[in-house]
Amino acid sequence: MRIALFATCLADALFPESAASTVRLLERLGHEVVFPPKQTCCGQMHVNTGYQAEALPLVRHHVEAFESGPSWDVAVAPSGSCVGSVRHQHAMIARRYGDDSLATRAEDVASRTYELSELLVDVLGVTDVGAYYPHRVTYHPTCHSLRMLRVADKPLQLLRAVRGMTLIELPAAESCCGFGGTFALKNSETSTAMLADKMGNVLSTGAEVCSAGDSSCLMHIGGGLSRLRSGVRTVHLAEILASTEKIGSPA
Amino acid sequence: MTTFLGSPTFHPGTGNIRGTESFPDAARKALTDTQLRANLGAATTTIRNKRIAAVAEVDDWEELRRAGSALKADVMSRLPELLVQFEENVTARGGTVHWARDADEANRIVTDLVRATGSDEVVKVKSMATQETGLNEHLEENGIAAIETDLAELIVQLGEDKPSHILVPAIHRNRAEIREIFLNAMPGVDPDITDDPRALAMAARAHLRRKFLSARVAVSGANFGVAETGTLAVVESEGNGRMCLTLPDTLITLMGIEKLIPKFTDLEVFMQLLPRSSTAERMNPYTSMWTGVHPADGPQNFHVILLDNGRTNVLADEVGRSALHCIRCSACLNVCPVYERAGGHAYGSVYPGPIGAILSPQLTGTTGHDDPNASLPFASTLCGACFDACPVRIDIPSILVHLRAEQVDSERHGLPGGQDLAMKAAGFVMGSEKRFAAAETASKVGRLLGGRKGRITSLPYPGSKWTGSRDLPTPPKETFRQWWSRTHEDGEK
Ligand code: SF4
Repeated sequence: MRIALFATCLADALFPESAASTVRLLERLGHEVVFPPKQTCCGQMHVNTGYQAEALPLVRHHVEAFESGPSWDVAVAPSGSCVGSVRHQHAMIARRYGDDSLATRAEDVASRTYELSELLVDVLGVTDVGAYYPHRVTYHPTCHSLRMLRVADKPLQLLRAVRGMTLIELPAAESCCGFGGTFALKNSETSTAMLADKMGNVLSTGAEVCSAGDSSCLMHIGGGLSRLRSGVRTVHLAEILASTEKIGSPA
Repeated sequence: MTTFLGSPTFHPGTGNIRGTESFPDAARKALTDTQLRANLGAATTTIRNKRIAAVAEVDDWEELRRAGSALKADVMSRLPELLVQFEENVTARGGTVHWARDADEANRIVTDLVRATGSDEVVKVKSMATQETGLNEHLEENGIAAIETDLAELIVQLGEDKPSHILVPAIHRNRAEIREIFLNAMPGVDPDITDDPRALAMAARAHLRRKFLSARVAVSGANFGVAETGTLAVVESEGNGRMCLTLPDTLITLMGIEKLIPKFTDLEVFMQLLPRSSTAERMNPYTSMWTGVHPADGPQNFHVILLDNGRTNVLADEVGRSALHCIRCSACLNVCPVYERAGGHAYGSVYPGPIGAILSPQLTGTTGHDDPNASLPFASTLCGACFDACPVRIDIPSILVHLRAEQVDSERHGLPGGQDLAMKAAGFVMGSEKRFAAAETASKVGRLLGGRKGRITSLPYPGSKWTGSRDLPTPPKETFRQWWSRTHEDGEK
């Protein structure tokens, strides 16, 4: 299958390993990955902060980026929240500003755009991707993957098949880590209180690694764990799935 | 009497639906109260888990939610006609209907009705509508004592406190605190009373019984009003409400105009949705319904006041309108991670939590970003737990996003603030892959900030809002885009 990667702005600029791992994993599974070069950002931060007028050009840019460039069958992003934005916000924004044809085009792109675990399990039909990751791992499901995309236990199905790994259940896994984009700044104290509880739960598992399918949530949880000098690392789901015995785990 | 629906003028709601400080400021204070956080955390966790179990027992829960949502959407689409039908049916059965544009008008109507009876005391069923209008305080100013009969509400009233939760107003109090409150404020209480829950409940019971037997006027809210029959329904747990609804001569019910349902049989849907969502019970212990006046049975004078207080403004907004579908079960509060940490008082209004964050600013309208209610739609991470819990499927996250846009758009005429400039700049950079790639290269300064630690631990304002409690990773040596062209040079472009 020809799979277009939507790297997302955050992964491109700050967490390239999650996007690169997605590419390595899909290529290892025998697929061709293409990177529509015009892509930038889905505009979620703008929409969720109330700047819908500013989000409109970003929606248009995203749709054009994926319509132009190399042809592709399905698109994938290593981020539940960015896929959620593409799927649930793009057409809505286009319609709000009266651009129905853009809305239709956005719907077409969205209907073929998947979050990584959805792509693997639902579209490609694999749960065992042949990964090897000899670590103790706990998994935070992230709100947008869970409730906007309804990925359910797909990430866990994938993780359970990873060899060498001990998967430890995270207590209160479904509660929000307190990131919420600009919420983390506007309501910094409440966000920090939520983070403290999430970190407490992560530490209670005794895991070495906290994983998730969203770099943004991992940035939040990882930022807190790093401040605590906890030694627990945050690692994107894609990086775990891309690891094999030969490559080993990313440092 | 004519209805005021469809009136083109904006008439904002008044009363206890706007706080004095912004959510972040109020929350900051609440967060330092560790006892409050412990009480809230324990209570919401317990009820959250119970609700999940109670809901799981019902096979057709999703269909019920859809039915509830559809019924409410139908009500909103023809509210004027249903209100007139309701008024006709209440009147035909011997009741009197009054219309109140806002909280002040509603309070005045109640006061006049109580005065006309010659009584200076009323017993009250727990009611959000009278909390909203601040009726108790208004009655007190007019020399009329209002006695709350719901136990938790009584605790709040005697403690001269404000409710912190729709369903469990005293959720933030533990039993030692309640004993203190009773000792200080309950007349005739045994000075040696312990903090045993039973002892506390018996003291409240003795106190309330005296009031039930002497009171000649009762004031209630309503969970539902049936347009087809003019029937009103109150759903409660303790039976104190039923005492109020049956013993006094005069019953005055204050009800928001959105509480209507079209037919009596529609109660079937809501009576399945409400108790399980609210108290996690299969059925609540007391459901009282009354239709008009019946000779020698129950109150002989019966009044309904239909309260607008900003609701027609909400109705005018196609996206925001479904906030009026709310049946006040409080499930969204109990699952909300923000409510759990910040508590109900941080929301300023009598409607806290996720529903309050969308309802209060719509009821009052907002007057710019300094308005405390303008901060409410931003008091959420958009985690979506509220939508999943809501028995009538109110898409609270989407309405939050919608209200945020309204807030930002309403202030576009003024000078742009820091956030406006940041969002515009980010939009400009992200609007082009070339500019974005250039900005990524420029962000290499971040590598300097991070130094050799590999993480950034301190940034100037507003970045300090992040680094106050969290590190940031330094930007990587190579962006993804650069990695891609290095590793996929021959790849199709
Ligand atoms: S918004 Fe929904 S969940 Fe929240 S109180 Fe109202 S009905 Fe209940």
